[in-house]
Amino acid sequence: MQMTLKLFASLAPFMPEGAKDNAVQIEVDEGTTINQVFDRYQVPHKMAHLVLINGIYIAPADRATRALVEGDAVAAWPPVAGG
Amino acid sequence: MAWAGKILRVNLTEGTCKSEPLNMEWANAYLGQRGLATKYLTEEIDPKVDPLSPENKMIMTTGPLTGTCASTAGRYSVVTKGALTGAIACSNSGGFFGNEMKNAGWDQIIFEGKSPKPVYLFIENDKAELLDASAHWGTSVWDTEEAIKHNHGDPQIRVASIGISGEKGVKYACVVNDMHRAAGRSGVGTVMGSKNLKAVAIRGTKGVSVKDPKRFVQATNDAKKVLAENAVTGEGLPAMGTQVLMNVINEVGALPTRNHRDSQFEGANDIGAEAMLKERESDGKPNLVTNAACFGCTIACGRISEIDRTHFSVAERPEYQIISGGLEYEAAWALGAATGINDIEALTFANFICNEQGLDPISFGATVGAAMEMFEDGVLTTKETGGIELTFGNAKALCDIAELTGRGEGFGAEIGLGSKLLCEKYGRPELSMTVKGQEFPAYDGRGIQGMGLTYATSNRGACHLRSYTVASEILGIPEKTDPLESDGKAGLVRAFQDATAVVDSSGMCVFTTFAWTLEDFAPQIDAACEGEWTVERLLEIGERIWNLERQFNLAAGFTGKDDNLPARLMKDAAKTGPAEGKTSGLDTMLPEYYEIRGWTPEGVPSNETLSRLGV
Ligand code: SF4
Repeated sequence: MQMTLKLFASLAPFMPEGAKDNAVQIEVDEGTTINQVFDRYQVPHKMAHLVLINGIYIAPADRATRALVEGDAVAAWPPVAGG
Repeated sequence: MAWAGKILRVNLTEGTCKSEPLNMEWANAYLGQRGLATKYLTEEIDPKVDPLSPENKMIMTTGPLTGTCASTAGRYSVVTKGALTGAIACSNSGGFFGNEMKNAGWDQIIFEGKSPKPVYLFIENDKAELLDASAHWGTSVWDTEEAIKHNHGDPQIRVASIGISGEKGVKYACVVNDMHRAAGRSGVGTVMGSKNLKAVAIRGTKGVSVKDPKRFVQATNDAKKVLAENAVTGEGLPAMGTQVLMNVINEVGALPTRNHRDSQFEGANDIGAEAMLKERESDGKPNLVTNAACFGCTIACGRISEIDRTHFSVAERPEYQIISGGLEYEAAWALGAATGINDIEALTFANFICNEQGLDPISFGATVGAAMEMFEDGVLTTKETGGIELTFGNAKALCDIAELTGRGEGFGAEIGLGSKLLCEKYGRPELSMTVKGQEFPAYDGRGIQGMGLTYATSNRGACHLRSYTVASEILGIPEKTDPLESDGKAGLVRAFQDATAVVDSSGMCVFTTFAWTLEDFAPQIDAACEGEWTVERLLEIGERIWNLERQFNLAAGFTGKDDNLPARLMKDAAKTGPAEGKTSGLDTMLPEYYEIRGWTPEGVPSNETLSRLGV
């Protein structure tokens, strides 16, 4: 199935070839978890501090179990803040 | 003892400068800076005065830790009745000016009256005098600062000044120090201009003493270690700056776009931190040149930028082909998403103009966004705008209007009214995205519910820095709450409001709170200031300050009815993203907030609350 991976700030270098504007469409198996996607692109789990699926926060504990569905967009950031 | 113990009272009408002792009873009750200056202001002016009349006063104020070796301890604030809002105003700035003022031996400078001609205040330690500023009147912040340093033959002088916008009465003029650091919001620079005060220039070399130097060095070192070891303050902010939030807030569906018509911006990735780091096709360089720190800061979140020299805004303008203060998140949002413009070089140019002429980029950009909506609705035409096609997304129009507003000329004078007066003037008050006359900053109260309550109850009009619940609702600091949920936000907002009031009164920067709690502030304050300073005492001071500010606003004529949000946020649901279908839950949050505050259902602090706090 197709999903979108978005990696921002210091996670951007982990993006695969062909990514544009910090986003890339990827093909994954049904039932793939967020952590499995991160592993595929060698994103260290500890660096993926803020993780959203379709803009909704996913707690660290759920990232190994939450199964992705067709069309999901996963976005991740290292620890960041602003004002 | 951390406080210098001295106030400089400057009577601009009579041209006198007098020293007087700091009221230590008030310092003990209000700490310093925001709290202490608000106490002086409320004691000395009638809250009903016209903000632009000589009867209003303007206070430049430092905190007890300003000028010490604590991290970020270079802050000062400008406290007055705001020109934009008519409410209590307190605008905080970094850079190096606050440190210089404290090192000259002054906790506060109180300006009263109005000078018959343009003047600037020159301070060299104990010596203070008003000097003729007629040569600087009509010049920009940048020219004024440079000329004053040159005339006194001392590049180490620190200058805070207003641009032409502040002279011309643009309602959201700010006070700019160190070329691009600003006491930005609520029109504090407009008040300064109304007093014919162009600048304050200071050289201070006296040092700042603290109660227990050995313990103070230990406490400040411990606190610096916390900042360095925290991933946000130690790595995230220095590398990416506040601008990293652009994509975060867009993804969570809370990036107000095109005057809050939308809450996600398709051009967000073109104007955020990642875009500032991207190599340009034209010259192979990124927009961002380096990061920068204010006095004594070990975080260094500041952005220093250079505009692409081939960009239309500067191609024929070598004077802007410079390296200067770049886009912070709030400015990039207001100049970009609020106007639908995704040209980062144009935004950087408009930001340079805001710094050069002393405009608050938040209020400016948000007002342009409102004007663009009226233009698209046909309420405004090129007849009113002087030929400018003020459509959403028009980068050239933004650059032109920034220059006009900076000089208070043409349609820029109308944009200088601020969104509320402008929309009222053209019969569309509902299009003004303001609370108490002040434009919203960069978070949508539908997608981040706590921010809706934050804006509605902020004592200085819509503002994110009075209770930055984004930290909890989006970033999980100190703990994660659900941004779409209004339940529990009343308590969260109140807790953030009280703690922030303490930080704003200490002399340190609020960005430390991504790593520090009051448990980190208390030992530093306790080692510096006479007396015993516990977390409990600090929290009570925060609550006292909040209630004092509220009392000022109530006496100025505001009521609970002004703790409101525009209908667009209350009735029109967000159209896309996680908040799709949601409006603000202010109606349920506000009564709970009043109750938690110990206020009546009308939003008035009860006698019991006031007497408990000694307000
Ligand atoms: S954190 Fe940023 S704004 Fe605050 S003092 Fe440091 S450089 Fe200045």
